[in-house]
Amino acid sequence: MAKRKIFGYRRENGTVGVRNHVIILPVDDISNAACEAVANNIKGTLALPHAYGRLQFGEDLELHFRTMIGTGSNPNVAAVVVIGIEPGWTKRIVDGIAKTGKRVTGFSIEGKGDIRTIADASYVAKEYVHWATELQREECDLSELYISVKCGESDTTTGLSSCPTVGNVIDKHCADGGIASFGETSELTGAEHIVAAKAANEEVRKEFFAAFEDYTKLVFNQKTNDLSESQPTKGNIAGGLTTIEEKALGNVEKLGKKTSFIGCLPPAVAPTKPGLWFMDTSSAAAEAVTLWAASGAVIHLFPTGQGNVVGNPIEPVIKLTGNPKTVATMAEHIDLDVSKILQGEMTIDQAGDALLDIIVRTANGRYTAAEALGHREFVMTKLYRSA
Amino acid sequence: MIHFLTHDTEDNVGVAVVDIEPGADCTGRNLSDNKSLKAHAEEAIPLGHKIALKDFKVGDDVTKYGCVIGRIVADVKAGYHVHTQNLKTKRWA
Repeated sequence: MAKRKIFGYRRENGTVGVRNHVIILPVDDISNAACEAVANNIKGTLALPHAYGRLQFGEDLELHFRTMIGTGSNPNVAAVVVIGIEPGWTKRIVDGIAKTGKRVTGFSIEGKGDIRTIADASYVAKEYVHWATELQREECDLSELYISVKCGESDTTTGLSSCPTVGNVIDKHCADGGIASFGETSELTGAEHIVAAKAANEEVRKEFFAAFEDYTKLVFNQKTNDLSESQPTKGNIAGGLTTIEEKALGNVEKLGKKTSFIGCLPPAVAPTKPGLWFMDTSSAAAEAVTLWAASGAVIHLFPTGQGNVVGNPIEPVIKLTGNPKTVATMAEHIDLDVSKILQGEMTIDQAGDALLDIIVRTANGRYTAAEALGHREFVMTKLYRSA
Repeated sequence: MIHFLTHDTEDNVGVAVVDIEPGADCTGRNLSDNKSLKAHAEEAIPLGHKIALKDFKVGDDVTKYGCVIGRIVADVKAGYHVHTQNLKTKRWA
């Protein structure tokens, strides 16, 4: 089959994006108000308010910077205005984003106040919007897109239909030379042996187990019961999933049948070459998708059973389900219906091709259900309390 | 119509892919070898929920995807609903 083509935005560093956002990025929680004011002044910009960025330290602070810099560096972003309370950390984020060659300017509030900062930043944001809206899409290979995958509000139909559909796309995308990433470390519990068997070599296998065991320790150190109130979720249980093992075995159907994963990434770190990568993420949807967007992923594939509605401000989230009840009751959230798989009226391979078609249409500009409904969940992962 | 599916020949529970009525004679299919299966539902099994394909005693393993997904904590006879009331995780406990 001829290589699938898409029309995307080729960025200064050669990467390909499918959206063209001008974002107004707060360094910290107390700069949200200024960012939202700039986004209100200048149409076509998008503020990304979040809850953190003050008094963080150690690995938690490093993850904060990676997430901020990575979000600004994502190929779906054309240009960035950064606003922080003080100039030091603001500059660190601006300098990080500038390495991509992207247009980025930082502003700090101390010594000036919100109002003058908002005015100064608004003039720059306006110029960025004029520039970005004249950029043209160009023909690129679908395999140039970095795709992330994670399911949510899973049920037993996800393991039977929507997750193997994503796995089929992973096999095809990676065989074509594409980049993909999976994660959800704690939700691999009960299927970790299956994941480990897919590691490309012993070194990757060891790295995976180190991340998995680290997360398992976190769960054991913090848990107050067997987690049966949280994992599986109430929605998972309503959908027929009983245990974490059962949920994990359905989850790993997303990894495909033929593809080995070639490396393990800490959260919000970009893959360095084509292939499938494991990223150490939470299993909470908004947190995990935010980390993948910060690692440069431009399209997210999201199988759901009971109907998770999550979206992301910069990375389009494509939802698919194989549960006919969810198709009937939550149609507005579903981009692809693969429920025919359950009665054997559609093969996994046919469903995979249907998903590739919707990926191409989304890459070419079609809004996902989550985009049309305004789902812009931007959730930073916090590793521990601030100092 | 297919009432339930199994993933692997080792599986001892099936997943309802329609709402199964109590007393229904059910047709199933195993996805790994495409063979037809039969079961008699003793109670309602909602879409997505599991039906016991054998009699289970407390302490028995439940197998799905050819892997153990937990242990039985209350006896279940074939044709009954297997869920949180009789199946628990073997992890994080």
